[in-house]
Amino acid sequence: MTLAQTQPQALEFDCDTGNYHTFCPISCVAWLYQKIEDSFFLVIGTKTCGYFLQNAMGVMIFAEPRYAMAELEEADISAQLNDYEELKRLCEGIKRDRNPSVIVWIGTCTTEIIKMDLEGLAPKLEQEIGIPIVVARANGLDYAFTQGEDTVLAAMAHRCPTADQVTSAEEKAERNSIQKLLSFGRKKEDVAAEESEYHDHPPLVLFGSVPDPIVTQITLELKKQGIRVDGWLPAKRYTELPVIDEGYYVAGINPFLSRTATTLMRRRKCKLIGAPFPIGPDGTRAWVEKICSVFGIEPQGLEEREAKIWESVEDYLEIIRGKSVYFMGDNLLEISLARFLTRCGMTVQEIGIPYMDKRYQAAELALLEKTCNEMGAPLPKITEKPDNYNQLQRIQELCPDLVITGMAHANPLEARGISTKWSVEFTFAQIHGFTNARDILELVTRPLRRNDSLKDLGWEKLVKEEAKV
Amino acid sequence: MKLAYWMYAGPAHIGTLRIASSFKNVHAIMHAPLGDDYFNVMRSMLERERDFTPVTASIVDRNVLARGSQEKVVDNIVRKDSEEHPDLIVLTPTCTSSILQEDLENFVQRASLDAKGDVMLADVNHYRVNELQAADRTLQQIVQFYIEKARKQGTLPEGKTEKPSVNIIGLTTLGFHNIHDNRELRTLMANLGIEVNMVMPDGASVHQIKDMGRAWFNLVPYREVGPATAEYLNTELGMPCVDIAPMGIVDTARCIRAIQAVLNQQGAEVDYEAFIDEQTRFVSQAAWFSRSIDCQNLTGKKAVVFGDNTHAAAITRVLAREMGIHVVLAGTYCQYDADWFKDQVSEYCDEVLISDDNGAIGDRIAQLEPAAIFGTQMERHVGKRLDIPCGVIAAPIHIQNFPVGYRPFMGYEGANQIVDLVYNSFTLGMEDHLLEIFGGHDTKDVITKTMSADADLGWSHDGLAELQKIPGFVRGKVKRNTEKFARDQGIDQITAEVLYAAKEAVGA
Repeated sequence: MTLAQTQPQALEFDCDTGNYHTFCPISCVAWLYQKIEDSFFLVIGTKTCGYFLQNAMGVMIFAEPRYAMAELEEADISAQLNDYEELKRLCEGIKRDRNPSVIVWIGTCTTEIIKMDLEGLAPKLEQEIGIPIVVARANGLDYAFTQGEDTVLAAMAHRCPTADQVTSAEEKAERNSIQKLLSFGRKKEDVAAEESEYHDHPPLVLFGSVPDPIVTQITLELKKQGIRVDGWLPAKRYTELPVIDEGYYVAGINPFLSRTATTLMRRRKCKLIGAPFPIGPDGTRAWVEKICSVFGIEPQGLEEREAKIWESVEDYLEIIRGKSVYFMGDNLLEISLARFLTRCGMTVQEIGIPYMDKRYQAAELALLEKTCNEMGAPLPKITEKPDNYNQLQRIQELCPDLVITGMAHANPLEARGISTKWSVEFTFAQIHGFTNARDILELVTRPLRRNDSLKDLGWEKLVKEEAKV
Repeated sequence: MKLAYWMYAGPAHIGTLRIASSFKNVHAIMHAPLGDDYFNVMRSMLERERDFTPVTASIVDRNVLARGSQEKVVDNIVRKDSEEHPDLIVLTPTCTSSILQEDLENFVQRASLDAKGDVMLADVNHYRVNELQAADRTLQQIVQFYIEKARKQGTLPEGKTEKPSVNIIGLTTLGFHNIHDNRELRTLMANLGIEVNMVMPDGASVHQIKDMGRAWFNLVPYREVGPATAEYLNTELGMPCVDIAPMGIVDTARCIRAIQAVLNQQGAEVDYEAFIDEQTRFVSQAAWFSRSIDCQNLTGKKAVVFGDNTHAAAITRVLAREMGIHVVLAGTYCQYDADWFKDQVSEYCDEVLISDDNGAIGDRIAQLEPAAIFGTQMERHVGKRLDIPCGVIAAPIHIQNFPVGYRPFMGYEGANQIVDLVYNSFTLGMEDHLLEIFGGHDTKDVITKTMSADADLGWSHDGLAELQKIPGFVRGKVKRNTEKFARDQGIDQITAEVLYAAKEAVGA
């Protein structure tokens, strides 16, 4: 971009070799089994899958998690054993020991290659043992890291009941647990009065797995605008999956939920509200405004709310303003985080991302572009399926102030004097809504604050020669 | 199919990668789907490695599934060769590639034509061997490759070094305390007047392999990794091998005497008896500890030992023979090598358990109620649940088992470290027990700076429900901050909304 060109450029998209490091999508069981309290996740794979989960989940593994490996042995691979009988034996054991309301089968690379017909076996076995079996093929052949959740939720979307399936009063109450949460323990007339505070709008269901405190915060945020959240996919329990009827509106809370969005639109005939994602105060405001505009509601007090949040994080903004950041890309949150950090005054040098769904993320991409232009920042290059080796060469050239990357590269980069933030933390931290802007910045500024504490010691580079990558 | 959620030894490719990344300038390329390169994370995290892990993946995706890898693997090997000029590239199959049954050997052949460095295929079967067996096999394969290459080129050196010398075989990356054992074994050899010809594979270059035959003998400290290489060198070059792990005072002496015998057979005329005596009685503290009053109190206490073959066998013998502790159960997860283990420990314990099912071990520990456990991270957590102290003596391990300080398990300093580990485990249990008998610590209420909850400030149900979701260790702080905020704002009913408003206001 030469100085003579004052026309704003369009975002540049690039696609590299796909030789990059990320987590296997089966890692989604780590947070989904905690979210869906009556579930059991059975990962049908090999020692490799088990080893990854065991190490990636760290201390969680010792807390008797509701997940297990169905470890395939040579006899399974060579079909000397009958898949159906084996799975039946395992699932009966799970039913006996844990009695879950749903068993989720996670298909892996191995089940893909040997073409194990999980979708065919599940309904039959479901009949036989009387527990719903949901099949999600979250494997490394097709997906990266957080897309695992997407495959699970897309499979769950098929299981959400319709209004005429839910007839009994107590089931209605159960499926409406979010409302119950907000009116918990109040008098009936108060609740009725509150109901009238909501605008008259078509039912809205949000999708994406976030910790319960965020569910509450986001629900309250919409309540302030008089918008009622009729359900959330996933809910706290499988038995509380929300009612979804034709014509319902749905909105995603995370950028990696393309398949879930597609399923809800095509199979459940819902209307998708395409908005930027509620990450950072700018994203949250844009998300709420978009929902309001779809329902023809005039948003109240959002501008002041956003300004107040920015004011409250000024101490953090001082640290990162004018600094550069480079996303290597591994969890699909990159576009939203880059947009937020640009608004914070950082310069984004490159956004690596495993997979770029330009339709599902259209509003987020538009907001990124708009933010760059408003902040006078150059438009970053977006690299889909990055090549880590090439990226490391570019990082050496650019010397960014901060690299957001996976644990495989973090320590080696630090040893070469480049500050890093471990990307996986953004997946597990609470980052949505107005309330959590501070938490994102806490993570982003940590390496820079550390630099500040150690700046007079004079040993940033801790490798002998400029070793090759 | 087997229901499992914990495994003691990893899949085969991990073993191959551990060997490849131990060498200097050797690169491994995995034939694997996205996400199978978790090894890089482990090495970078656990070992706090400063350099990039020399492992990349040639990704197996949908297209590969449909059309085969075709040029992809060959291109990736040649590309890596030109980018980093490694001496050797090891193509590493994974469980995925082993079912695809692609002709990886053919890819290696084709890539060898264009690559300047050497290329080889790790010969491991995912469904038949585990991490440890694969590591043992891969090391042997690499050594054989370079010995044969040197023989073809006529560069295999003749004769032995002038002074007695040794190859130490089996020290690898991600091995339990291998870094410290490495230093301790080098010190021990220096004290014995033996030159270290090389350490394999940790920090070695493949160009050194041809000179392995110049050493007088091979030392294989670990049972899991190294024996296959030592055996190959014995049949090929007639090199004798000492495979006694020098762990604990008695076994260290046994190991040194075996070295003495091997050297004297080759005319070295060494006598290490005085050295052993001096070290045992005065330099190391372990022998003295076992006579001291402290250790007397451990006599007959019950312990359970579980781990890999090397460590579980050695620690069992140290406990029983050197400290008078009653080992009620010794176990290993190396089922493929169970006979060796039984042979090593049968006379030192009541019961031997060979299993890789953590549930079986946990149950046995619960039934036996030992005073202390010596096992892996899994047993440490079993101990936590049952309130039994545990010392970690073998992989699988966490980051705290890669200490920065000097903590060998081998040699005379290793014996000191083992004493501390054992003694601290038991006294912890003892202290706890005494505290319980005497009614715990002084339990007078500590007066904290809490704000007394006045009657004018109420928590609504949903506010309380939300507060309960906050992790226990910060809940008190959040409650205080929220109440302070409510007071300042003149709010008398704290709802979930107030709670979050307070969080925004003070960043609680």
